[in-house]
Amino acid sequence: MFKKTGKFLIFFFTQFGQATEMIKDAFFWFRKSPLEVNQTLQQIVKIGVESVPVILMTGLFVGMVLALQAGNTMQNILSEPLYIGLLVSFSLVRELGPVLTAFVIAGRAGAAVTAEIGTMKVTEQIDALSTLGTNAIRYLVIPRLIAFTVSIPILTIFSDIMGIFGGFIVSVEGLGVPSSTYTNDITTYLGVDDLMHGLIKATVFAFTIGVICCYKGLNTRGGAEGVGKATTGAVVVSMVMILVIDYFLTAILHAFGV
Amino acid sequence: MIKIENLQKHFGPKHILNGVNLEIKNGEVTTIIGGSGTGKSTLIKCIIRLLEPDGGKILVDGKDITHINNEFQLAKLRKNFGYLFQEGALFDSLTVGENVTFGLKYLTDTPKSEYAKIAKEKLALVGLKDIEHLRPSELSGGMKKRVSLARVLATNPKVILYDEPTSGLDPIMSEIISQLILDLKKKLDVTSIVITHDMKSAFEISDTLAMLYEGKVQLAAPKEEFKRTQNPYVKQFIEGSANGPIQMKISN
Ligand SMILES: Nc1ncnc2c1ncn2[C@@H]1O[C@H](COP(=O)(O)OP(=O)(O)OP(=O)(O)O)[C@@H](O)[C@H]1O
Ligand SMILES: [Mg+2]
Repeated sequence: MFKKTGKFLIFFFTQFGQATEMIKDAFFWFRKSPLEVNQTLQQIVKIGVESVPVILMTGLFVGMVLALQAGNTMQNILSEPLYIGLLVSFSLVRELGPVLTAFVIAGRAGAAVTAEIGTMKVTEQIDALSTLGTNAIRYLVIPRLIAFTVSIPILTIFSDIMGIFGGFIVSVEGLGVPSSTYTNDITTYLGVDDLMHGLIKATVFAFTIGVICCYKGLNTRGGAEGVGKATTGAVVVSMVMILVIDYFLTAILHAFGV
Repeated sequence: MIKIENLQKHFGPKHILNGVNLEIKNGEVTTIIGGSGTGKSTLIKCIIRLLEPDGGKILVDGKDITHINNEFQLAKLRKNFGYLFQEGALFDSLTVGENVTFGLKYLTDTPKSEYAKIAKEKLALVGLKDIEHLRPSELSGGMKKRVSLARVLATNPKVILYDEPTSGLDPIMSEIISQLILDLKKKLDVTSIVITHDMKSAFEISDTLAMLYEGKVQLAAPKEEFKRTQNPYVKQFIEGSANGPIQMKISN
């Protein structure tokens, strides 16, 4: 038991150390070499633009279900569906928007990134990059890190807006809340600091997903089977890390009053 | 000149290279032969430092490159080298044309306007035409190999490491590639290290041959001497005989 825990801890910290090393390399090459503009734009399209539909859908339905739950709860406690706009917008903007967007992108784009880089690794394309005057960090990792970090906060805003809109529909059409009440709730209580809170989280999640998925890809071993393992590993680790970081980041941001 | 002294490389507990000594002279073709899995690919990966040796030394024109880990120095070392991967290692997200000209952007000052011309020219050298727009997934195995060779040739390296340049090619195409390797030596004074299982091609192109067996170079000698050697391992290998000191492990 102790031995197993110890082994796991060593494994965890080795990987953590290697991933940190990769981040260091990424910053080094980011300063030392020209950006791969084409690659970066392509990745923004793949990771960001192509995720817009699914983000809009998930955002919409999360907002709707939040309004439904909040409405029913308030109805039971206060016999009136009060504060729905407030509840929906706060939970979305500060918490669910960033977390759900990060989850969806980890599953959709993160998996693809690990699979692609992993395949390149096991077919020696990563080595080929090195023999042709560039390297995986410059050509693959930096464009993807940028694409994740740019895309996820923007997608989070989309998701927030769709969610608030979904909440609006359910509140007004389903629960009979006057539309002005719903919007007033939001305009009165929701502030820039709430938006910042959400976007800071989204940015940190984005960078985390990028690092984990690129790292897992670059360290793939063992053919097609290895690529499969790396891909599932990357998604699972990303999701767990998002939730862990979410907790600590919330605590930190609260301490700073954001 | 590339000088390899007592080179060691192991993967975990498996000792693959166990004291390799070899000298590769500039402007010559040196061929490395040896059984499957003896570490030929591992050896040339150490030379271009895709792998870091665990012991011994590699000197390139007198400079010790065994343990350099600085990416800039490695890039400088690799600038003069071309490496043909055993499985091609073409970028499957790029077209054939983009693959062939990939290194130009990083290793040369060639203007973009000349890329198309260079791609055409280098593909012609390996007997391919009008396939620039295809993806690697649309090519046959032999075509992939040749596109990969065109990619190596595009940047005009001074030293080329070929990992089985003729494997998977038909006899005529093999002959064309062998001639190409000789041409590069004659016309451009390119130094070549060739791994091959094709003994006909080996004797055709080599100045020096070396045989790797059990982690060591059994014999490295000029072609004529190599042909006439009485070394039982080399003899068995050249003759392709099942009987001799080399016992292939076949499990039943
Ligand atoms: N990255 C690696 N990790 C672990 N073992 C490896 C690795 N690369 C190669 N090996 C092992 O090293 C040995 C030599 O491999 P290498 O590819 O150098 O052989 P080779 O002489 O090129 O064979 P072939 O003629 O079949 O290409 C093999 O037993 C292989 O299993
Ligand atoms: Mg090999």
